[in-house]
Amino acid sequence: MTADGLRQSREAELDRQSRLKNRIACCSVAGCLAGGGDAVRAALAEEVKAQGASAEIEVCGTGCMGLCSRGPLVRSSAGEITYAEVKPGDAAAVVRSDLDSLNGRILRQSDPFFAGQRRLILANSGKVDPEKIAGYIAQGGYQSLLRATSEMTPEEIVAEVKKSKLRGRGGAGYPAGLKWELVARHPSATKYVICNADEGDPGAFMNRSVLEGDPHRVLEGMAIAGRAVGAQQGYIYARGESPLAIERIRTAIDQAQREGLLGGRVFDSDFHFRIDLRIGAGAYVCGEETALIASIEGKRGQPVLRPPYPPESGLWGHPTLINNVETFANIPQIIENGGDWFAGIGAPASPGTKIFAVAGRIRNSGLVEVPIGTSLRTILFEIGGGVPEGYEFKAAQTGGPAGGCIPAQYLDVPMDYDSLTGIGTMMGSGGLIVMDTSSCMVDVARFFMEFCMDESCGKCIPCRAGTVQMNEILGRMTSGEGKEADFAMLEALSGLLVEASLCGLGRAAPNPVLSTLRHFRSEYDAHVRERRCPAGSCRMGASA
Amino acid sequence: MSVRTLEVDGRTITAMADQTIFSAAWDNGIRIPRLCHLGGLPDAAACRLCLVEIEGQKRLQSACTTKVAEDMVVRTDTPALQAHRKLIIELLFAERNHVCSVCVVNGACELQTLAAELGVDHIRMKPQYPKLPVDVSHHRFGIDHNRCILCTRCVRVCDSVEGAHTWDVAGRGRNSLIISDLGEPWGESASCTSCGKCVQVCPTGALFSKGKTVAEMRKDRSFLQYIVTAREKRLWIAERKPR
Amino acid sequence: MSKKRLATVWLGGCSGCHMSFLDLDERLLDLAELADVCYTPIADVKEFPHNVDITLVEGAVANEDHLRDAKKIRERSGILVAFGDCAITGNVTALRNLFNVEDVLSRAYRDSMIVGGVPEGDGIVPKLLEKVLRLQDVVAVDYFLPGCPPPADVIFQFVVDLIGGKTPAVTGRKFGS
Repeated sequence: MTADGLRQSREAELDRQSRLKNRIACCSVAGCLAGGGDAVRAALAEEVKAQGASAEIEVCGTGCMGLCSRGPLVRSSAGEITYAEVKPGDAAAVVRSDLDSLNGRILRQSDPFFAGQRRLILANSGKVDPEKIAGYIAQGGYQSLLRATSEMTPEEIVAEVKKSKLRGRGGAGYPAGLKWELVARHPSATKYVICNADEGDPGAFMNRSVLEGDPHRVLEGMAIAGRAVGAQQGYIYARGESPLAIERIRTAIDQAQREGLLGGRVFDSDFHFRIDLRIGAGAYVCGEETALIASIEGKRGQPVLRPPYPPESGLWGHPTLINNVETFANIPQIIENGGDWFAGIGAPASPGTKIFAVAGRIRNSGLVEVPIGTSLRTILFEIGGGVPEGYEFKAAQTGGPAGGCIPAQYLDVPMDYDSLTGIGTMMGSGGLIVMDTSSCMVDVARFFMEFCMDESCGKCIPCRAGTVQMNEILGRMTSGEGKEADFAMLEALSGLLVEASLCGLGRAAPNPVLSTLRHFRSEYDAHVRERRCPAGSCRMGASA
Repeated sequence: MSVRTLEVDGRTITAMADQTIFSAAWDNGIRIPRLCHLGGLPDAAACRLCLVEIEGQKRLQSACTTKVAEDMVVRTDTPALQAHRKLIIELLFAERNHVCSVCVVNGACELQTLAAELGVDHIRMKPQYPKLPVDVSHHRFGIDHNRCILCTRCVRVCDSVEGAHTWDVAGRGRNSLIISDLGEPWGESASCTSCGKCVQVCPTGALFSKGKTVAEMRKDRSFLQYIVTAREKRLWIAERKPR
Repeated sequence: MSKKRLATVWLGGCSGCHMSFLDLDERLLDLAELADVCYTPIADVKEFPHNVDITLVEGAVANEDHLRDAKKIRERSGILVAFGDCAITGNVTALRNLFNVEDVLSRAYRDSMIVGGVPEGDGIVPKLLEKVLRLQDVVAVDYFLPGCPPPADVIFQFVVDLIGGKTPAVTGRKFGS
């Protein structure tokens, strides 16, 4: 592929699309497919064919449009309308844009759910077919890689990323530019770029959706990273539990290689970059970077002590840049619009947008992308539509099993890295689980502790055996057998795990306990001292 | 090799620049507790007993993997560290079925000794009583998983000193289990050379020599010395030298 | 000052801790000077007395009689000491926790040629608990004196300290022997 070739390819696809009367884009990521999206898409294609309109109406797939709870979603380019809960029997009405018969299932871009968001990473959702590289190129895809290989030096790319103040989206929020600079400055001739797609938090599906919906954006981000740090090989480490994401990545890599956007001499430059896929077997701990690297190397997936950190000694002992899916997905737009542009979006100390997977007791559950620093209230009550009638908001869990909960009095907290840490939770990778007053917070803590216990790799004693005992205590409390001494032991074990565990998984495992103890101590007291569950939903409540 | 001067528990000590805090401290009679570290083996930093406080560092560091530095100020025995260590020992006792009174190394066990040194006189957590196998298929040795603390010394000595890599860890979390080869009985292992190194490095009675009964077995500590010094003394070469 | 009242109790254990206690030998006489031994399996006292100052409990809680006795003893004792590994960790008594009660009884009574069945009838074999429990699992324990058995010297120092109102020294105390 040459610069001209990219331009021609883009123009050809835009031209083709402009001659269409309508493009009907069916959500083709896991959520809507599970709701029968495939049959809807087939029925629509059949209907277009039956009407003899194949030349002017295109039925295609597209990435996640966000409102998963009302899927399958179908976006019609004519009038920019999104239809919700589409069934195969609605095909004729959708093709004819018969709004009357789809009444009540019509979503417009001006609806609070869409209007409240700022979709940059998910910009192509509803427009681009994840299985077609032409669609991505038509939206300006791979232009940034072209710039990065033809107009910019590696130093300039790193400088741009540093200027953007982009922070890693995997959870810890480490400044991406600093990490890139460490790898770029390392004199080693062999370096690697790894995309961490081992998304394992319960309820979180941001990365999977990005890979399923817009895989080329991630590949482009990785290739730019490769150019910036001097790597020629990249790996995507994906979960075996996301077969569709794996399929889409494979297809995208094939396409990009065929087009010469990956492989040798990218855009006729001296830059070579290959991306290979590695599939994990579903161990949560493999999302921890050193365990992930061990897994790619074919070893038992368990963490090793840091330092040395991967930028110094990572995959096979070579300097390795490891970022998560969403971090890489941010890169093309930073190169396209500049670091200053990006730094102006969201919160000053953590700019950009963040995708949240909103789930639980909420009207609009699905994927929400907002500028970082947007308040939790805006996300849940404006975009999310609030909790359904008859329920009362109690808390939201962020950061998955490593995070904590946010009670109602903190609804106005800006969702940025530092503010969340300040109230005892963390941004994490973007899982956001909404709980109402019928949730028992001790039981919530127990659920996450059980998760960490099951997912502990077993290498260090505090995490391996400590999570077992913490789970034991929380299990006692939620079955009405808690003892006063359990509080002291829970605290002591939390302290041990936080301070003495080998890796982040163990260090973060007590967070749900500490955070619920901090905000809902009275519920613990009721369980242990009064032998009752105020929410009435844990094992004790169920039996009483 | 240059020398570093540092302070450990209020004492000024000197160490070679490539020494770890652990080895420098032990050289000076400051015994930092440990169960996974063993001189001569690559470190796993897994037992977390040797964690120490280093002035100016937010996190505790494992002494077995942290190199000394000039003017470093280390504390190895603060009340907070003691509390952590006690908890770790208790967690181990609660995790599997450690019955000292019927163990082959009763009286010479690193776990038992450490528990006494740290003042662990009872276990505050709930014992788990897992049902675990005992493999005595090997003609000279046995492994009793009830007594295993998953320190992986056996895995490391077998891999990096003997070069056989018979042992590894299967499963995860509390279901972790030391296995020979791909989970075959030890006696059927094709890779095991029956050298016995794993038995000698094992801190507890999990790996034992057959024919010993309660409290009869003593681990061969001179053997451990061999692991550390054999290379520099060229012991294995000397044996094969023609006279 | 009146003499402290000392008791020793034998629950689910092998009596080895009491054997070690007897190994105090002539120091038993010293002990008798310091304390009034008001209840012990070594003497023929039927009922555990009230107002005991210090009680050493050997053995784990393995059956319903142990459970009932442990609670009674706790009520009537000022200081309760878990005496030896069985009381503290379950030790050998708790080895049966890896199996269910039925299997254990079958192995002990039915499979063995000697007895021929579990003895029936009230007051013959107390009902075994599902799991052998540690003393701390059923009552509050004030001190732990580990060892299988604890050595006589350690027992003596420990008891003398307690009688003298001191917190016993921790040196020389360990699991096993």
